[in-house]
Amino acid sequence: MTGRTYVSARINGEQRDFLVEPRQSLLETLRDELGMTGAKEGCNNGNCGACNVIVNGSLVNACCVLGVECNGAEIVTIEGVADGETLHPLQTSFLENAALQCGICTPGFIVAAKALLDKEPDADEARIRHWLAGNLCRCTGYDKIVRAVLDAADDMRRAPAKA
Amino acid sequence: MVTTSKPEYKVIGTRPVRPDGVDKVTGRAQYGADIKQQGALAGRVLRSPHAHANLKKIDASKALALDGVKAVVTARDIVGPDGDLSKLPDPAANILAGTKVLYRGHAVAAVAAINDHVAQEALKLIEVEYEVLPAVLDVREAMRPDAPILHEALRTRAPTGPSEGPSNVVAQTVSAFGDIEAGFAECDVIVEREFSTKMVHQGYIEPQAATAHWNSDDQLTIWTCTQGSFPARESVSQILGHPISKIKVIPTEIGGGFGGKISVYLEPVAALLSRATGKPVSMRMDRTDVFEGTGPTPGTNIRIKLGATKDGKLRAAYGDMAYENGAYPGSAAMYATMVVTAAYQIEHVKFDGFDVVVNKPRTQDYRAPSAPAAAFAMEQLIDEIADQLKIDPLKFRLMNSAAEGSRGPMGMPFKRIGHEECVEAALNSPHYNTPLEGPNRGRGVASGFWFNVGLRSSVNVSVQPDGTVNLNEGNTDIGGTRASLAMQLAETLGITFEDVKATVVDTDSVGVNDVTAGSRVTFASGMAVHEAGKNLIAALKERLAPTWQTTPDEVQFEAGVFKNADGSKTMTFKEAAVATVGRGVGLTVSGSVNAGFLAGGGFAHHIVDVEVDPDTGKTTILRYTAIQDAGTAVHPAYVEGQMQGGAVQGIGWALNEEYYYDDTGRMANSSFLDYRIPTSLDVPMIETIIVEVPNPLHPFGVRGVGEPGIVPPLAAIANAVARATGVRQTQLPMSPRRILETTRGIA
Repeated sequence: MTGRTYVSARINGEQRDFLVEPRQSLLETLRDELGMTGAKEGCNNGNCGACNVIVNGSLVNACCVLGVECNGAEIVTIEGVADGETLHPLQTSFLENAALQCGICTPGFIVAAKALLDKEPDADEARIRHWLAGNLCRCTGYDKIVRAVLDAADDMRRAPAKA
Repeated sequence: MVTTSKPEYKVIGTRPVRPDGVDKVTGRAQYGADIKQQGALAGRVLRSPHAHANLKKIDASKALALDGVKAVVTARDIVGPDGDLSKLPDPAANILAGTKVLYRGHAVAAVAAINDHVAQEALKLIEVEYEVLPAVLDVREAMRPDAPILHEALRTRAPTGPSEGPSNVVAQTVSAFGDIEAGFAECDVIVEREFSTKMVHQGYIEPQAATAHWNSDDQLTIWTCTQGSFPARESVSQILGHPISKIKVIPTEIGGGFGGKISVYLEPVAALLSRATGKPVSMRMDRTDVFEGTGPTPGTNIRIKLGATKDGKLRAAYGDMAYENGAYPGSAAMYATMVVTAAYQIEHVKFDGFDVVVNKPRTQDYRAPSAPAAAFAMEQLIDEIADQLKIDPLKFRLMNSAAEGSRGPMGMPFKRIGHEECVEAALNSPHYNTPLEGPNRGRGVASGFWFNVGLRSSVNVSVQPDGTVNLNEGNTDIGGTRASLAMQLAETLGITFEDVKATVVDTDSVGVNDVTAGSRVTFASGMAVHEAGKNLIAALKERLAPTWQTTPDEVQFEAGVFKNADGSKTMTFKEAAVATVGRGVGLTVSGSVNAGFLAGGGFAHHIVDVEVDPDTGKTTILRYTAIQDAGTAVHPAYVEGQMQGGAVQGIGWALNEEYYYDDTGRMANSSFLDYRIPTSLDVPMIETIIVEVPNPLHPFGVRGVGEPGIVPPLAAIANAVARATGVRQTQLPMSPRRILETTRGIA
């Protein structure tokens, strides 16, 4: 299991080339090989969403994708959601709505919500609750998270995304 | 919605963005598993597959021969080559078993290797010889004289003296006031039922993770996502026999705890592995480790008899409360006997508590430990009596409510408390005043109490040359306490929130702090912050006095402004700071308090509407309102967050969550797929009403808010389900299967 495979992918808009073992998940690859610890491990079996990233436009649990599967992929992680020092409307909205307590699930929620709003800018509360059902939060009871996503959607509709 | 009047504050009561917020929305915040030390090895724990067994032999030779494996440790590494493994103290035996394993998931050995995959491969090569023993999993069965015994040396502590032989009953405790027989003799209505609840987990999303480096000079550094860096230091010191002066605990950000991250698990093991290898060792649990190897909260069996007169006065209550402690002794039942009637004035009470060991993980605190299960029983009987007397359930609670001066849970009278105000707020709430219509629907209410604790807190405050202040505190920020403490300091000093920078520091850098638990940080560390603020003001008066040709006691400080006796000279706090520190010398003060054990008590009241599907047995939460006395809400959004989070954890506990065991003591649902905590789809918005009855024990009137909000939901939902279906629910969880069994006899 020690043979390593060359993988080349665009992560948050930058070309990254790296070597991974076939058994390493994308989550391990990001965290252990690329030093990107924003995606979190909560369950390592696809049940909690704390490791959500966007691969080729689809929301995935990084723990359930292998690093070697990502050759040629376009990947967006929580580290790439803000535009430089300018926070994404979702990030601002999570802060203003106090939508995080401990914060461990927050990167996953923000990435998941971004994946939704990128495709469905008019998502309503029911749609947001349905979409985010793959992300577990144990602190907030979801109320302020759902409000934060609704507020961010509102902001994004009024000021369409720069890029 | 905020009720009752309070002093005018400038900062307290506002909703600023927390100082740690940006790092947490951008993925930069460093949690337990994010710590990377140069040259670190990965550690993993081997766990018992048996619920009860003698540990005969551990052979790690094959594991050590695997390429990349650097060390294997067992309890032998704690006691030393000549130590007696059978005498390993409980806290040490729980993190590495000595001569016996007491639950499935009990740690027996640990390995350090060049990476996590190699460490996990090595675990499979460690050969362990077990002599399997019969396991006991049920609290009442464990109390029987013929039950398998977990600890041969354990004798029951009881009012009548210790038991003669070994027992699984750790302690029988009694909480009694008045004359129980005379009390029941006065009653016109008496209800009596038996209730049981299952073991449940706190369900924090971040698994335990720790990194340790045992340096060659014996200085031990530990990075860990703990609820208490100082208690973790103390525990590691006791388990390993290493002095606290040589241990530094650096708390990382923490991904939830709820009581489950007070005890140490990986920290001492990582330290042993680091000592053995000379390198930093990083360890983390997977989700199954978390369910099977950490401390959930007890399952219970509770029998309560409650009586009232026909004019609606509760007069007598009797109870027998048995709580699982898991594998090692605890004290949950003792607390349960004290909190169970705390919301009411009942003259004659007697509650027997039984703390019992069973072959399950050693239980730990989970938000208001012991109280939710007690309220599940008590608040349902309260509802039944109110129904029988045809009195509105809220008005019945109000008629019997605890109040200032009435007997508190430990016998001493309550100081100013807010239970009546919470129930009144419920009576006046939009929710309660909106009729619930439709078939299979019901509304339930319930009250909840938790002690809240004070304990020790210390903070350091240093003035910066630009007049801002740095606040260094020693309590992990688990839900916004950097903000709530910075706000209290800003209020004390008359400066803005933005002029305070709050940082959580390590155990070498601040005075002693007890746990981030017991709803105590905003309360007790808030008192330390206030103390430090007063010390800082006094220090600045000392500095200003000579320049104003006066004495320090002639310098006044009010609303953020220093002035001399005749008011001819004035300076804001910031101006004074710049003048004396920016153009003078540095200034650091500290504030340290012991806020005592009890912190005034917190009450909550919840209202819930449910619909129970008669075909599937599924209960849907239609509407939910959480009401709570926060004393003074420092940051109302974070108070609401505590209330909403507690309510939803309670919804999960009520409807879904349980440790599901087979007969051999194997947990069958040790993943987040099968141990199903509520998702966003399972719950509605949680409406909140913050009641503010200032706490006389705190300079700003603050009460802790973390815990009372998980006490009412189990009972409130059960009361709602009873109204929706006509069937009283006495067992948790009220899963679809349980509902069908009890309402339609479908098994």
